[in-house]
Amino acid sequence: MSVLAIVEQRMAGEALAAAQQFGSPVSAYSIDLPYTADAYAAAAEELIRKVNPSLVVFGHTYQTRDYAPRVAARFGTVLISDVISGAPPVFTRQMFQGKFNADVRLAGAGPHFVSIQAGAWRAESTPGAVEHFTPTFSSSRQIAHPPFRESARAVDLGAAEIIVSVGRGIKEKENLPVVEALAQALGAELAASRPICDAGWLPMDRQVGSSGQTVSPKLYVAVGISGAIQHLVGMKGAKTVVAINKDPDAPIFEVAQYGIVGDLFEVVPALVEAIQKAK
Amino acid sequence: MKIAVAIKQVPLRDSPLRVNSAGTWIEEDTLSFEINEPDAYALEEALQLREKHGGEVIVISAGPARVAQTLREALAKGADRGIHVDVATDPAALDTLHVATLLAAALREEAPDLILTGLQSDDLGYGQTGVILAELLGLPSSTIIMQVDIEPGKVRVKRELEDGWFQHIEMPLPAVLTIQSGLNKLRYATLMGIKKAKTKEIKVVNASGGPQPSVAIERLYAPEKNKQGQIFEGDPKAAAAKLVEKLRFEARVL
Repeated sequence: MSVLAIVEQRMAGEALAAAQQFGSPVSAYSIDLPYTADAYAAAAEELIRKVNPSLVVFGHTYQTRDYAPRVAARFGTVLISDVISGAPPVFTRQMFQGKFNADVRLAGAGPHFVSIQAGAWRAESTPGAVEHFTPTFSSSRQIAHPPFRESARAVDLGAAEIIVSVGRGIKEKENLPVVEALAQALGAELAASRPICDAGWLPMDRQVGSSGQTVSPKLYVAVGISGAIQHLVGMKGAKTVVAINKDPDAPIFEVAQYGIVGDLFEVVPALVEAIQKAK
Repeated sequence: MKIAVAIKQVPLRDSPLRVNSAGTWIEEDTLSFEINEPDAYALEEALQLREKHGGEVIVISAGPARVAQTLREALAKGADRGIHVDVATDPAALDTLHVATLLAAALREEAPDLILTGLQSDDLGYGQTGVILAELLGLPSSTIIMQVDIEPGKVRVKRELEDGWFQHIEMPLPAVLTIQSGLNKLRYATLMGIKKAKTKEIKVVNASGGPQPSVAIERLYAPEKNKQGQIFEGDPKAAAAKLVEKLRFEARVL
């Protein structure tokens, strides 16, 4: 099965490694244009018609999410997005926010489209050559302004040795002192999953995840966090992960070395007490 | 301006989910359903844009008969009317291209100035329906949007990128935007809203046609359990003591 990897800087090595596993011959291109969804969709379409592959592979980046479904639709098919394993013709992706895996089978004539999850394939140390593709004609209805960051982060979670991170399970802003006490007992920075920051219960610069900070502490305590992939990519680098959750099937337990299944409002105060006793 | 919001009905958050006997989808009979959370933010943004610029908000959803309830709730929050694309078949059998095709067919004659939807669904999570919808309608699109500013004939949006970066994108209207959760505070339906919603129109469109499936769920299953993890259950005090001991003497992080 001939494979085309369309790569950008982010995840290029991973996409190439996956492409090499999925079939041969493999060709790899980056699109030589300033990004807009319009311009990249047109360029990718032209590139695919030129190379005529059976399978097109992308890294599952925000940019891929922005334009690749459009390209697949032009070829009358669906991008199998964010796959974690598999090879043609069956790929595995998470559904129901990580509660289940689904084996998804390609159907119909190609080309088929797949994007791989960050961290699911290991980048080769010597990636194959990537060619540059410049489309013969380019136009876009969209104007993209340069990327920017909001005001400097007040908190650098990346440097923290211990992090206590809180999720939806905390239920109300008024309950935050429960986890603050744990952070204090551990000498930890307090962090959160996205919904907590969205709700304004903690500032955005304490968010861990794909849209927030990436952390690698020696100890990461996830309290009431189910463990959606968007959160997991931000804390995968932690040396030791502890999960406290009432749902024994929560995906966070899959990445935890230690876990307590139970009501965080009972478990966390007990943990604070046990830590203080141990000191 | 006319704003359409594509919403999806998904199982109530934290529902206990079980795989069906065929192993291809979840057991739906005992479940309750609600609006997909990112779509709730898309609806909220649409309602706020209407408050600012006038016009109407149309909510549209493709799915079985139960979807009408979620549309009614959106009307109670303030949407003006609804379109229910009635899909009798198993929703798992529809891929995103199929759903987007049905939505596009229903929206083409409405010709909205702006179409909003959530960035992804909490069930399938493909995160593509909005983008494909734009492609099928020949419209520009932008995804994971944190802010929407309408200017004459065009829209300027703040798009989220990875690692805390953002970008402004401008494009002409009509356009399709997929909305990130958390960009507004969600409103609740008022009693008055609920009352009014009873008399608002929900047009039922019978779904027909659509493309051949290009992907199919072969098997849905719980992921293999992590075997290295040590999980403690039962008495919280005992579990906490055990954990602290492990963290001190085994992981040596305390």
